[in-house]
Amino acid sequence: MRLRARLLGRIRAFFAQQDVLEVDTPLLSRFAATDPALDSFRTQYLGPGAPGGLQLYLQTSPEFFMKRLLAAGSGPIYQVGHVFRNGEYGGRHNPEFMMLEWYRPGLGHHALMDEIDALLAFTLQGIRDYQPARRVAYRDWFQDHTGLDPWSSDVPALRDFVERNVGAVPVGMDETRPSPWLDLVVTHWIEPRISDPALFVFDFPPAQAALARLREDPVPVAERFELYFDGIELANGFHELGDAAEQRSRCEADNRLRERSGLPAIPLDEYLLAALAHGLPDSSGVALGFDRLVMLAADLRQISAALPFSLQRV
Amino acid sequence: MATYSTNEFKGGLKIMLDGDPCSIIENEFVKPGKGQAFNRVKIRNLKTGRVIERTFKSGESVEAADVVETDMQYLYSDGEFWHFMHPDTYEQLAAGESAVADAVKWLKEQDVCLVTLWNGVPISVTPPNFVNLAIAETDPGVRGDTSGGGGKPATLETGAVVRVPLFVNTGEVIKVDTRTGEYVGRA
Repeated sequence: MRLRARLLGRIRAFFAQQDVLEVDTPLLSRFAATDPALDSFRTQYLGPGAPGGLQLYLQTSPEFFMKRLLAAGSGPIYQVGHVFRNGEYGGRHNPEFMMLEWYRPGLGHHALMDEIDALLAFTLQGIRDYQPARRVAYRDWFQDHTGLDPWSSDVPALRDFVERNVGAVPVGMDETRPSPWLDLVVTHWIEPRISDPALFVFDFPPAQAALARLREDPVPVAERFELYFDGIELANGFHELGDAAEQRSRCEADNRLRERSGLPAIPLDEYLLAALAHGLPDSSGVALGFDRLVMLAADLRQISAALPFSLQRV
Repeated sequence: MATYSTNEFKGGLKIMLDGDPCSIIENEFVKPGKGQAFNRVKIRNLKTGRVIERTFKSGESVEAADVVETDMQYLYSDGEFWHFMHPDTYEQLAAGESAVADAVKWLKEQDVCLVTLWNGVPISVTPPNFVNLAIAETDPGVRGDTSGGGGKPATLETGAVVRVPLFVNTGEVIKVDTRTGEYVGRA
């Protein structure tokens, strides 16, 4: 608990120094992330203003609200707050956790990686050593470990790699798109082999763009990055997608995928789309799992040890 | 057919895998922030004892294995089968060679063993952690040696061979740790 407070204090001090404004956005919203890999808790508001009941979602990240603030001209902002993800519980997951999320208008994703290095060095000073993370493009990273090109490898090629190196293929894998197979290879083959204490992996396959901007290079790449610290995924960032039409079509594609997987469709956040249409400043943003940072700072093996009360005790 | 979803996975859960009954040793939830969730599981095959790793897509279901572990008293062997009796119901079951496997060298009549049943049939036998067995044969003791250093091989009444101190003699009953196969002391 003392370490949590100390790290939080330093994070706030860092952003105060950088003149980044702390904000506090709602946990409950009519809308939610459409990402098929995220499952939002649903609840109901009943009372004045909503006699028929109003369905609300607990937020899986403050992203949509923070982007609306950016579009409204907030300038650089950060937030530390609780977020909720249904179905996620294990050694490194808890369905309610604390996230540090910040946005930097005017910065590209590499400049934001510089700032993450600076934040972690500042926050962990005297607690544990942090040297700027090595950076590797997703394509090179994947190719170095597997010999396969993640842009052109199809499901049979990835399946073959898994069968030869990892073991029996899980039942029920989606055979129509390579993306879950890339996840399988990354989590089961590449991540356990990360030797750098800190590693940024950047420029993801377009199918894993989430809400990152695409760049033609000359094949399209998503300007997204992940930070691994001690081999554990600690942060995920984007050069943020600002195009309202593109955002709408990605959300609709998400909902089609959700439907195919038997998941409920999520209503599109028209407030966010209107804000993007009005104009999102060219920004990069990143979300960092605060409890995992505590885990890594204190060298804990289980996230439950970093939480005051984990799922089993609430 | 009973099934378990990956959400029910935990240590000790018995599931069917590739036609064999297995027991989950360890279950790890693996999920990238923006990607597919998996359960990476360490599993013991209850027939062979082998430990393997297997990955499931989170949310999938697997067939449950009808596996029961029960304390049973070892009665006798007829050469082909080893017969056990349930101490409360007096129900008797016969375990084959593959089920008894390495436990055979520790099996003494009347001892209570842990018998693993799959669909009611014994598939493995775990002897008690400690058994008292008589020495059938060992070299004569060395007079005056009480240190226990060095030691010598001794064949026990069940056929097991363990290292015993020099001062222990044929006909004496000793206590052995069946998990390590080591001499513990005189019984």
